[in-house]
Amino acid sequence: MAHVPSQAKVVVIGAGIVGNSLVHHLAQLGWRDIVQLDKGPLPNPGGSTGHASNFIFPVDHSREITDLTLDSMRQYKEMGVFTESGGFELARTEERMEELRRRMSSARAWGIDAELVSPEFVKEKVPFIETDQFIGAFWTPSVGVVDSLRAGTLMRESALATGALTVVPGVEVTGLDVEEGADGHRRISRVRTTDGDIEAEHVVIACGVWSPKIGAMAGVSIPLTPAVHQMISVGPCPQLAATDGEISFPIVRDMDTFCYERQHGADMEVGSYAHRAILYEPEEIPSIEQAKLSPTEMPFTSDDFDPQLEQAYELMPDLLGAEGAEMRYAINGLLSLTADGSPILGESHVKGLWTAAAVWIKEGPGVGRAVAEWMVRGHSEIDVSHSDIARFHPHQLRREHTKLRTTEAFIKTYGIVHPAEQYESDRPQRLAPMHASQQKLGAVFFETGGWERPHWYESNAGLLDEYGDAVMPREHEWDARWWSPIINAEHLRMREAAGVIDLSAFEVFDIEGPGALDTVQVTCVAQCDVQVGKVVYTPVLDAAGGFRSDLTVMRLGEDHFRVVTGAAHGPADRQWFADHVPADGATTLTSRTDDISTIGVWGPRARDILAGLTSDDVSDAGFGFLSCREIPLNGTTVLASRISYVGELGWELYVGKDDAAAVWDALLEAGSSYGAVPVGIGVYGTTGRIEKGYRAFGFELDGERSIVEAAMQRPKVKAAEFVGKAAYLAQRDAPPAAVLCTMTVDNHVSASGTRRYMLGGEPILTREGGTLTDDHGHHPYVTTAGSAPSLGQHLLLAYLPPDEAHLGNELAVSYMEELYPVTVRSVDATGLWDPANERIR
Amino acid sequence: MVDVLVCVKRVVDSSSEVVLTDDAQAVDGRYAGFTMSAHEECAVELAVRAAADAGTTRVVTLGDEDAVEQLRHALAVGCSEATHVVADSSAFGPADVAREMAAVARDHDSQLVLLGNDAADSGDFQVGIRLAYALGWPVINGVSTVTVADGTVTASGTGPEGHETYEVPLPAVVTVLEGGVEPRYPTVTGRMKAKKVQIEEREPTTAPTGPSRVRLLLPPPAPSDVQILGNGPEAAPAVVDVLEQLGVLAR
Repeated sequence: MAHVPSQAKVVVIGAGIVGNSLVHHLAQLGWRDIVQLDKGPLPNPGGSTGHASNFIFPVDHSREITDLTLDSMRQYKEMGVFTESGGFELARTEERMEELRRRMSSARAWGIDAELVSPEFVKEKVPFIETDQFIGAFWTPSVGVVDSLRAGTLMRESALATGALTVVPGVEVTGLDVEEGADGHRRISRVRTTDGDIEAEHVVIACGVWSPKIGAMAGVSIPLTPAVHQMISVGPCPQLAATDGEISFPIVRDMDTFCYERQHGADMEVGSYAHRAILYEPEEIPSIEQAKLSPTEMPFTSDDFDPQLEQAYELMPDLLGAEGAEMRYAINGLLSLTADGSPILGESHVKGLWTAAAVWIKEGPGVGRAVAEWMVRGHSEIDVSHSDIARFHPHQLRREHTKLRTTEAFIKTYGIVHPAEQYESDRPQRLAPMHASQQKLGAVFFETGGWERPHWYESNAGLLDEYGDAVMPREHEWDARWWSPIINAEHLRMREAAGVIDLSAFEVFDIEGPGALDTVQVTCVAQCDVQVGKVVYTPVLDAAGGFRSDLTVMRLGEDHFRVVTGAAHGPADRQWFADHVPADGATTLTSRTDDISTIGVWGPRARDILAGLTSDDVSDAGFGFLSCREIPLNGTTVLASRISYVGELGWELYVGKDDAAAVWDALLEAGSSYGAVPVGIGVYGTTGRIEKGYRAFGFELDGERSIVEAAMQRPKVKAAEFVGKAAYLAQRDAPPAAVLCTMTVDNHVSASGTRRYMLGGEPILTREGGTLTDDHGHHPYVTTAGSAPSLGQHLLLAYLPPDEAHLGNELAVSYMEELYPVTVRSVDATGLWDPANERIR
Repeated sequence: MVDVLVCVKRVVDSSSEVVLTDDAQAVDGRYAGFTMSAHEECAVELAVRAAADAGTTRVVTLGDEDAVEQLRHALAVGCSEATHVVADSSAFGPADVAREMAAVARDHDSQLVLLGNDAADSGDFQVGIRLAYALGWPVINGVSTVTVADGTVTASGTGPEGHETYEVPLPAVVTVLEGGVEPRYPTVTGRMKAKKVQIEEREPTTAPTGPSRVRLLLPPPAPSDVQILGNGPEAAPAVVDVLEQLGVLAR
């Protein structure tokens, strides 16, 4: 029996599907001295992998999750542990059928073969199903089951065969030692175990439901919660016993009852996501000795399952009611849930301490590969930024937040979730200083990073009559859900007069000291060695030339830069810059998010409004575009920055928190005589930017996209070194594999005569509905969809194959399984509105 | 045709490490969950079989509201009726429980009462005998099969002298040891039916005198029997020695 060595390059804690996959890929990528620990025995140490249902439906609305799933399926197939069964997702209601049509959009966008089929089609493949229980189904032939324990063993053995790995089961981690380095960063140094201590450069917490407990040993919050997923096994069923192997019939997901039925040999396994959310604390999970089955197979609570039992029986009475078919296994299985449903991957704020947790079987091997690449190379082939542990804001790291959100979201596991749907729990967390004013104005708040941000203001409802059909009202409830035509009215008023926009949620941090210039130069693509008082918009790349972010940098002094970025991705950006601050002891990065509020004022009358409130010269000659300086305003001093994300003349005003409400009121009051109104994020985030063709991180921009594909390259590349420069230079010399284009929808009328408006994520096809494929092998899909009220158009952004990226090209978008004609209107970053940028001047 | 009453008790399921409640008055079921003892599962199975031709099988328990789970389980595997004496079972000693079970048996005109040989948690071995005494009926203890024909109970099991078979006239009490029958698992339809049965709720007939238990104590953990014989091929001679000691291999 192996003992723990005293030193290791990396210690992977956990021998479930994630840990096993990680050690395999780390060894493949050339790392040695890998140590893998687990408290339990092998091959099933007792975590969630051991009781998983092990089936994989590849289609998800998230591209990131789908890519990880497809990569995992490829790996499972290579290991010979994948059995294709096909799978159905049933609709009992018309609302669900519409959701399945939306699912078809995602399937087409990700290039996964799928089809909407009739109950009779299902019956042909699943003869024991009752067709009167549902009205249609989504058929994915590539659905299958895997042997995740066998896969884990194979991956461990592959790493062992290279001599890179030592596996020690039966060893419990009792502590993680953290030391403060010379650079001020806290770093992992040692893993303490029941079998001795290990000095380690890197440690990965791949402990599934126990991860928060292990993370806490190093002061790291891993915000997931153990939650119950109930399942029972019914058998032997004669219909199943007659077949060979583990699975012969397609898996059925009964979406509207939140249940699935999955054959397992002679038994039918019925699983449920319909019951109340049953959450545990990681510390409440029993030990192997205390548990009756395994620590993550908790006692079944049959009352919670009874409603599902009846629904499952109605669907398959002949099978589940067959003579001799008994419920021989029933558990409350524990699995990991997170507040936003995404995994928790990446390096924590303790350097060298990584996590790979809250991962389902369907993503396990893909996550193992991505995290291993990230550790070894600094970036992964599949962009996993939505799963980055750095994404969490402080309030999201509380266990309470995870509990409240997962309780709210549990029923959404099979639910119909609108892309703009808002959570209700654990709000409000962060309020802008002018929140009271916004409430009086009837603001409808959407949440980003804990901030309550007005999406539109009901006080502007009066504008609807003024603008009439120019607000592009939406007839269909789904298209209009979490939306209001007031957004478009606010947009029109901003373009006509001016709008005042609360941007308090901006993540703002200052970098100061002798290494400040080097820090921004090495992280930013754009030239940041500019005059004091200049504003720079810049992409931020990873070493492979993919986007880490895009943001603005202001030079406030020779050794003082201010970085401003969006709230959603703010913490990750801040950590990225912090990681590049030199260890000179004199250069600092300070968050200013909580003491500075940002207010934007844009529109043709913005200058008039500002001029009335300041003694400073805000003329174009006196305050040029892309410059910033402090100006007196309304009895205080604000940092004004002349920049625009909505394509209008105007400023961002950085105001001390205590003065922000007064400045907001003053702007609204001064603005009212010019026709200015408060304008929400619906304009700022979508309509204003999309008319200008401005790209947004997380939509158009991510780790898999390049500056060249996004058509954002400048004529020159700065001489200074920066992360991703070599890759970027190579991208500039090669033809792009895809080109980001802007399209208009030429006809919105559906077959039933309703005008439909796409919301994003839909596939772009040939005019006849044929598949398009770019030079990555990917299929184009809509990254942003939104109204362009000033153009009277609905615009779509998508990366097209290069030979489709030409002006006037006539294509189609598929929405809810109908084709709508679209035309390419821009094949670069040129906005359709004011293409010469005259209004910004 | 016979009307059978079968008595069950909600107890903590087994796990390799026993966990006590904070007050050391009971075994804690938060990890292992709750069940009825294996003896009682067999008693239920025998009761269901005994009543298969036209009789009724009533399951009864004395316990708090959570004990309904065990009644539903018994209903799901074939019992037809259920009685719940709602009470805190930890306040009831064996004599108290026997008195309550007797009251239920009388009220429902039961002809045969089956119990587990002993409860899995308290292990008092008393309720069956005390119940028979209270009812004035004959009792057979510790048997593993029970059949009823023509007003006679035939029960058999393993005794100190070998296999023993008893015959007593109805009405009678029998306590059951596991091993004679394989208890069935619930079916989906059985579970659905069980959910719909109206459970009779009763108050205890009199206040309990109590079990007179001071506290439970855990035995010291059993020493590990694991002995590591070595690693890899070098361990082979040691393995051979062990196999010889066990008599698996002859030298």
